[in-house]
Amino acid sequence: MSAVVGTPPVAPAKDPAKDKVETPFQRFVSEFAESKLALFGLAVFTVIALVAILAPWISPQNPYDLAVLDIMDGRLEPGSRNGDDTMTFWLGTDDQGRDMLSGIMYGLRISLTVGAGSAFIACMVGASLGLLAAYAGGKTDSAIMRVVDLQLSFPSILVALMILAFLGKSITNVVIAIVVVEWAYYARTVRGTALVERRREYIEAAECLALPKRRILFGHLLPNCLPPLIVIGTMQVARAIALEATLSFLGLGVPITEPSLGLLIANGYEYMLSGKYWISFYPGIALLVTIVSINLVGDQLRDVLNPRLKK
Amino acid sequence: MSVYLLRRLIQAVGVVLAMSLIVFIGVFAIGDPVEILISPDADQMERERAIKALGLDLPLWQQYAIFLGKALQGDLGRSFVFNEPALTLILQRMPATLELAFAATFGAILIGLPLGLYAGLRPNSVGSKAIMAGSILGFSLPTFWVGLMLIMVFAVQLGWLPSTGRGETVTILGMRWSFLTADGISHLIMPALNLALFKISLVIRLTRAGVRETMLMDYVKFARAKGLSPFRVTFVHVFKNILIPVVTVTGLEFGSTIAFSVVTESIFAWPGMGKLIIDSINVLDRPVIVAYLMIVVLMFITINLIVDLTYSVLDPRVRLEGK
Repeated sequence: MSAVVGTPPVAPAKDPAKDKVETPFQRFVSEFAESKLALFGLAVFTVIALVAILAPWISPQNPYDLAVLDIMDGRLEPGSRNGDDTMTFWLGTDDQGRDMLSGIMYGLRISLTVGAGSAFIACMVGASLGLLAAYAGGKTDSAIMRVVDLQLSFPSILVALMILAFLGKSITNVVIAIVVVEWAYYARTVRGTALVERRREYIEAAECLALPKRRILFGHLLPNCLPPLIVIGTMQVARAIALEATLSFLGLGVPITEPSLGLLIANGYEYMLSGKYWISFYPGIALLVTIVSINLVGDQLRDVLNPRLKK
Repeated sequence: MSVYLLRRLIQAVGVVLAMSLIVFIGVFAIGDPVEILISPDADQMERERAIKALGLDLPLWQQYAIFLGKALQGDLGRSFVFNEPALTLILQRMPATLELAFAATFGAILIGLPLGLYAGLRPNSVGSKAIMAGSILGFSLPTFWVGLMLIMVFAVQLGWLPSTGRGETVTILGMRWSFLTADGISHLIMPALNLALFKISLVIRLTRAGVRETMLMDYVKFARAKGLSPFRVTFVHVFKNILIPVVTVTGLEFGSTIAFSVVTESIFAWPGMGKLIIDSINVLDRPVIVAYLMIVVLMFITINLIVDLTYSVLDPRVRLEGK
């Protein structure tokens, strides 16, 4: 597990000569590794991501292959054996006789794809508009920021409900809803940083060289706005996953044929009252661990990448 | 002051209009109202007559003007499912949601303030660390899953609290309230706690940060040097000063509490407007969706306006900046 984190670079020794050789990236890695909790979070998240990616190869069963399902195996307790005594359902089964462990692995895939994908698109949209607002200034700036302010004054769930009420339910529309909810955070963050950066000499130099605007924005300004963007991005992935789960739980998210963790939890809801807790409980734990591990990493990234917190 | 008030009011009206346009375009223009309003068995003649009657042949801006005019008279259309005016439906369910949101807000202050105070006064104790870790969980845990866990533990395993509905209610001023009967309160506890979870974490963090900041102030040092009892210093000198931001933020959060009650109401089958909107989206009951969105947007803008005005009363700098 720890191999994923990478061999920690030569510890920042007291020897000043050694400090000079350290590249910024190595310094970043060693500063990040100072928090054991963040390393743990990163390790856990790496395992989760690997499980999600490799689900079709490592899951005990393909939960959506109807041929391998047996309705007689429905709602079995964790640790039960299946009817033919060929496999053990470590986390029990749902009402269709699907192995919950496999269901969770496949669900993670969908939750992570939707969460990371929509956070990424939101980042693209938000960062571009934020950069534009900071660089163009004037009317463009105030128009973009007014929309940002308006949107941030409404809670995420309301905006998402609105979008889904307009467009109907589908996985694409969930992604659109999350993008619409999240872009404003990126735009605001990037604009804040870019406003400071655009007064620096290197931007002036680039303007003197008459470089095209696009190149100044994305080649010069954007890379220097990356640190806060990475921090926000990490946190927003966690938020996107939680929002998707909530929408799916409400029945407004992903379709039944592609159940994410939220939908798995919703499926178990009705059995919860009869004491069959595992159908909802374990997907919930998977969701929780995913969100918390991302937040742990994000917290440490914020501390490491924020120059104000450094002496 | 009156200039500022007027400016803010005009702004608020502008936002309401903008939102009504967004909702109108979103619900009526993106979806095809003909598909939904007219029976699929209708022949071409009937369809055309219905389109004329509903004004769907008019240009979009005229349709919007009609929609707006009717909305101002409180007519947001009739629900397809209940065959009742959409506005009436929403207003009928609003007290339940408001009750839940108020209970959650008070609960958050009642639980969050003491915990935050303790964590701020003894930042290094084991208890404080546990409280802070708990508040991180409160931020990261998805509300709906916590709701399920509450049901699992307190309703299914322990059987202490009922898991669905409002229980026995008392009718006051023509509205039904749960919090006046013992049965109603037992129904209210879990949903309110569930909805309050995020806010408890928020209040804990705000209070803790406030206490730690205030403890370093000269007037607190002076009060201590004067020989006042720690109790008096904490509750009179420190507490009063941290209360303002905490109460403001909680008030500001009230709008989002109402919005997030959608989730809690769905889990606990609380018959409020949040549950209604989810059901309406699922069956595409557009008038109800429109009515809900318009009312919630209106509530939001009113809350923001009130908070802004309160600020300007408390802090003259805001007023001056606006000029």
